Amino acid sequence: MKKALSVRGLFKTFDRPAVNDLNLEVRAGEFYALLGPNGAGKTTSLRMVSGLLDPDAGSISIFDIDTKKDPIAAKAITAWVSDEPMIYDRLTPFEYLDFVAGLWNIPPEQARVKSTELLEWLQLAPHGHERCEGFSKGMRQKVALAGALVHDPKLIILDEPLTGLDAGSARLVKDVLQKRVADGCTVIMTTHILEVAERMADRIGVIADGRLIAEGTLDELSKAAGDNGGNLEEIFLSLVAESSDQIADAA
Amino acid sequence: MIATHINRPGTLSWFAGHEFSLFWRDFMRMMSAGKPGRERRVYIAIFTAAALLHLLAYGMLRPALEAGIVADKTSFVVITGTMALIFSLMMSQALEMVTRVFYARSDLDLILSSPTSIKRLFAVRVGTIAVSTTMLSLLIFAPAINVLVWFDGPQWLAGYPLLFCLGFVVTSLSLAITIALFNTVGAKRTRTIAQIVAAIVGASFIIGIQLAAISSIGSISRIEFFTSTQVQELVPNMDSFVWLPARALMGEVSSIALMTIGSLGIIAVSIRVFSDKFGERVLAASSFSGATTVQKSHTSLFKRRSVNAHLRHKEWRLLLRDHWLISQTLMQILYLLPPAFMLWQGFGGAGVLDVVVVPVLVMATGQLAGGLAWLAISGEDAPDLVSTAPIAPSAIVRAKVEAVLGAIFMVTSPILMVLFYMDVRLALIATTHILIAAASATLVQLWFKTQAERSNFRRRQTSSKVATFAEAFSSILWAGTAGLVAVGSWFAVIPALLAITVLLIARSFRSRES
Repeated sequence: MKKALSVRGLFKTFDRPAVNDLNLEVRAGEFYALLGPNGAGKTTSLRMVSGLLDPDAGSISIFDIDTKKDPIAAKAITAWVSDEPMIYDRLTPFEYLDFVAGLWNIPPEQARVKSTELLEWLQLAPHGHERCEGFSKGMRQKVALAGALVHDPKLIILDEPLTGLDAGSARLVKDVLQKRVADGCTVIMTTHILEVAERMADRIGVIADGRLIAEGTLDELSKAAGDNGGNLEEIFLSLVAESSDQIADAA
Repeated sequence: MIATHINRPGTLSWFAGHEFSLFWRDFMRMMSAGKPGRERRVYIAIFTAAALLHLLAYGMLRPALEAGIVADKTSFVVITGTMALIFSLMMSQALEMVTRVFYARSDLDLILSSPTSIKRLFAVRVGTIAVSTTMLSLLIFAPAINVLVWFDGPQWLAGYPLLFCLGFVVTSLSLAITIALFNTVGAKRTRTIAQIVAAIVGASFIIGIQLAAISSIGSISRIEFFTSTQVQELVPNMDSFVWLPARALMGEVSSIALMTIGSLGIIAVSIRVFSDKFGERVLAASSFSGATTVQKSHTSLFKRRSVNAHLRHKEWRLLLRDHWLISQTLMQILYLLPPAFMLWQGFGGAGVLDVVVVPVLVMATGQLAGGLAWLAISGEDAPDLVSTAPIAPSAIVRAKVEAVLGAIFMVTSPILMVLFYMDVRLALIATTHILIAAASATLVQLWFKTQAERSNFRRRQTSSKVATFAEAFSSILWAGTAGLVAVGSWFAVIPALLAITVLLIARSFRSRES
């Protein structure tokens, strides 16, 4: 199966190692959830994949494009949505999408149709010509998500996209992502809401102390955690605790 | 026992201690560019700056000290004019701070939801503004007071209580203006208008005096204007109430007492009158965050443009829609008014064009370029979006520099066109040096690029002192170069070489930091 993302031997150190020999593969058309405790290195890893941080060592390929050798080609097929939606307060959603489409060099006619569709789909059409400065967190997150989708990326990377969203907005975002996956797009998402990962993800990766400690479907993770038949929360806590014990023993 | 009483939670002194602690930490964070462990360096920098400011004050006051300062009409005019200048600067600062009392959400939700007295909180916040405004002005004017005390006598110590009096009055006035704006234009517009007023007030007095000086005596010098016979004939007699602040500053005890009692009375009445509806106004200020602004014109949407054009368009659109930012950047443009006025008055033939107009144009545009470059390069509100776009970083930088230069062109072209009409040689010199100064300021911002929100524009100087000094000195030195080239002097090489040296030093600092 074709690989959407391939990460090999990734390292990044700030004051202490944040990502420590991370190896990760995500298949094309897959919904991949990346879980881990706070400070595990999830966001740093994904920021490196998105080209927002340079790794100290290691390689990253997106659909076989080496992000170091050809960053522009890699970025052209990727979208990044951060946990804090970074949009321009003084632009309207339509103006924001016009700007994003311009950055990704989308033909104006196509961008106009796509933007209208997306804003309607995300229930933002009535606010399409209002400046974003008065928007709630949920609305801002939806504008950022529309920006990520307007250029039809093959890989969408989302860092905690559901944080702070109300039930309706969260449902809408989840529906949008699932529809994208059904259409063949690859989605990688970090989340602390384990139910979401359990219900939506094809495969789940668990990261702790900058390394991938377990990966697979829910059943595979359950086996890795000792096959105690629990839900993802129990599996996750068990895996993280085991990893911490191993690190403590090694220290 | 006493200490326990003073620090009892909810009391005025407890609130005051809390506010002072926040003010001090904010001040230290600003001075240390938010980097921990730099306190010692901050103290050394403050001490060095204080020593330099004392030297500068001595240099400025020496002619007056040698001539002897006597309580005559000329001294009264110069002192009152200078105090009006200080007043306008303090007023600008206080207005800015007062709006923050109503709009800063950081801890108001916590305090307003607690069972403490809102009136007490308001009194402390207003008192803190008065004291911090005074402290900030003391940083600038205390050296002049100290020099006067040292060389002319202790009567000048009256300058200290007098600055506090000014602090109380400007805070009360700022409060009254802000409340009046709340009542007339509403909570949504008050903040923006108050901040624009603050920016204009800060520059208006000095520019007003320069314009008056140009039109009456044909010079841009404030001191020459204040001491001119025209002004001396216009001002009231020595026994007028207008000279009360000047008398107080020169050590007249009754005037100091009157000023102190008056200013304390004004601030006490302000706190009493305005504290009643403080809570309501804070709630009104917080509720407008959900307000919407609809953009009526959609004609420029989804047009075929290059990526560069998209980036430039975005920068200009954001700048034009942010009235507060416009007011802050316009502050620098306001200083172009006196030379523009000189052009209009037709002083060109008197050698003023080359000595005043060209250097002022170059310096002001250099500073303006620094501000705009910071906005475009560091003040990017969606850095992740731009960084993840499939564009080479160099193309992004180029587009942003083009946006800055485009804005500079829009601002300076009317004056340059008049200059071209009057003197082509001088216009070419001015244009060349404007481009060099703008490019230098932009380079500094590129070297010291940080990640910040555009709303931190006023605090951009705190991110790197090296960048601040390099930007200011390069503008000044390029202005000097332009002035000397304009008068045909070979000495122009000296400031030009110094400007290049400043830029090289700044670049080496950047390399070290990165």
